[in-house]
Amino acid sequence: MFKKSMIPLALVAIIAVLSLLVAGCGEKADSKELKIGANFEMTGGVATFGQSAVNGIKLAFKEANTGGGILGKQLSLVVADNKSEASEAVNAATKLITQDKVKAVLGPVTSSNTLAQSKIAHENKVPFITPTGTNPKITVDGGKVQDFAFRACFIDPFQGTVMANFASKSLKAKTAAVYIDNSSDYAKGLAEFFEKAFVAAGGQIVSKEAYLAKEQDFKAVLTKIKATNPEVIFIPGYYQEVGMIAKQARELGITVPLLGGDGWDSPKLVEIAGAAALNNGYFSNHYSSEDKDPRVVKFVEAYRKEYNQSPDALAALGYDAAVMLIDAIKRANSDDPVKIKEALAQTQNLQGVSGVITLNAEHDPVKSAVVIELKDGKQVFREKVNP
Amino acid sequence: MRIQTKTDLASLACGLTLYALLEGLILADIIPPYWQLNVIRVCIYIILATSLNLINGITGQFSIGHAGFMAIGAYMSAIMTVKLGLPFLVAILTGGLAAALLGFLIGLPTLRLSGDYLAIATLGLGEIIRITILNISYVGGASGFMGIPKYTNFTWAFLLMLFTLFFIKNFVNSTHGRACIAIRENEIAAEAMGVNTTKYKVLAFTIGAAFAGVAGALFSHNFYMAHPTSFTFMQSFDILTMVVLGGLGSMTGSIVGVIALTGISAYMADYPEIRMIIYALLLIVLMLFRPQGLFGSKEISLRIFSRLTGGERRGAAQGN
Repeated sequence: MFKKSMIPLALVAIIAVLSLLVAGCGEKADSKELKIGANFEMTGGVATFGQSAVNGIKLAFKEANTGGGILGKQLSLVVADNKSEASEAVNAATKLITQDKVKAVLGPVTSSNTLAQSKIAHENKVPFITPTGTNPKITVDGGKVQDFAFRACFIDPFQGTVMANFASKSLKAKTAAVYIDNSSDYAKGLAEFFEKAFVAAGGQIVSKEAYLAKEQDFKAVLTKIKATNPEVIFIPGYYQEVGMIAKQARELGITVPLLGGDGWDSPKLVEIAGAAALNNGYFSNHYSSEDKDPRVVKFVEAYRKEYNQSPDALAALGYDAAVMLIDAIKRANSDDPVKIKEALAQTQNLQGVSGVITLNAEHDPVKSAVVIELKDGKQVFREKVNP
Repeated sequence: MRIQTKTDLASLACGLTLYALLEGLILADIIPPYWQLNVIRVCIYIILATSLNLINGITGQFSIGHAGFMAIGAYMSAIMTVKLGLPFLVAILTGGLAAALLGFLIGLPTLRLSGDYLAIATLGLGEIIRITILNISYVGGASGFMGIPKYTNFTWAFLLMLFTLFFIKNFVNSTHGRACIAIRENEIAAEAMGVNTTKYKVLAFTIGAAFAGVAGALFSHNFYMAHPTSFTFMQSFDILTMVVLGGLGSMTGSIVGVIALTGISAYMADYPEIRMIIYALLLIVLMLFRPQGLFGSKEISLRIFSRLTGGERRGAAQGN
């Protein structure tokens, strides 16, 4: 059969490509709509994050639309899935910007996917706001502020520092162990600043260990950590592994407080670890649904009504990112992406759910963090830390 | 032999015509950027799928570590262009050669295994490559290799795809390729007939790895970055799915598999919630009704078309 020529191969390719083309054409622009793209992790490793964020954004858009929309137009959200993977994030961003012709993009959740999207956005001069991409490189790369990149969350150094201060001041810990997800820049960033601040506060890091995402058995390393008798263990990873680590640590009789960052914030954490294992666990976060601030109360209520569940930080940050964008479009009084970008850079004293948002010259928000305690599987608001 | 050269030339002409057509459409902006990206993706995945087909379908060695070789190509080529400032062609060649070298070194010991054992060994290999890269900060470690220039365009992707197809087709038609098929059909019989099975298995594995490396180079220079999460075993499975969907041992099958799955993925981009369900359903249905894949081990041959057109096209194609 291979003696036959390659012509058929070519024919197959022609047919297929042409059919792709047919699908590519035939897009109509509706002038009554203002299209905003959402490039999120709807499937894959961190799907719960992506879905929460999209829920938050949808809520903000709904509120804006019932209030008459902006610039006389209704906001419409075009969601694209990046499958929690960097090259797919590029793909999704390209689709949103070049095919759906969105005026701005919200997302993605993780730093690496956001960095992957950044080039496309800059080439096409479309601004984007990542709700939760905490890597400093997103907004400032090589000492240069990235014009079209914005974020709605604080960056890694701040979170690491918050937890270090919490460990040394509130928990009065003198020694700490650090157990890092070596495959995540986010975890490495948090750990670095935790160590710095903890040592500066007079503490001592007695043990430093690492794991890789998707590992299952952590007992060997946990036994090693236990032998060094730390007063707290800092585990700045994502909920999947953290859940298993917490469970296995308690099984080994490690009772000291476990600390972490916003990667812990998922209902899945409790499902995986079990409520009891997480007692005496604390993590820093962007907001707490237990916060008694009236804005937070109002948001939680609206969200519960819409989705019948309580909003996690991702939902709150998604909401805030959308609020930032809506505010910028209003101030720009235009749906031109470049003008939106200019207005975004001047965001000041904007009342968001996760605090009062003011963007600094690096396009990073300056706002407060909260420390959350886990009690029998419930998130309890512990304290608020201002920058 | 002459007839084969003629048909090869005819196919080449056909391929170049297709290239000219698509390039024309791209230049005239009739194909929007998103679909351009998908056409390039299709080209890259055709290189990956046909090269994996050479190992899995033609030689019958069940390898599922293709993403690993792809990663080697992606990172080596990125080092060449970003760190050393060399031209893209050199980067592609280096990527391919590095992957081939690794394929050769790994193939020697592992190809003595067979069936499930080989599958597990290659799966492990792919993960070893990925995790090694993850821990080398020279290439960005966990945050990925950033700042790769976008050199891949339709021309590069399509011409390299064409080259790959010709290379593998002619390899399969050669003495070496026949030996590989003999190994697939019955390794013991092949050995009894004097085929050096280890040599041919390693040869096929090395060639497959080399093309995966080339595809990796195109991949990283298309998406501005090389990130370890792009080269997990899920990537290997995706490529394998395309090959199995089209039919193990059929090159045209692989091409159709790639186009079908990339197409579904692109069409369904607006419905992320149900995309994976449709994708999975399609595979289940296919495996239930056609476990040998769309094409089995057959190719879409000229004969089918000449039958449809009453034999005229066959003469015309050969006359070209």
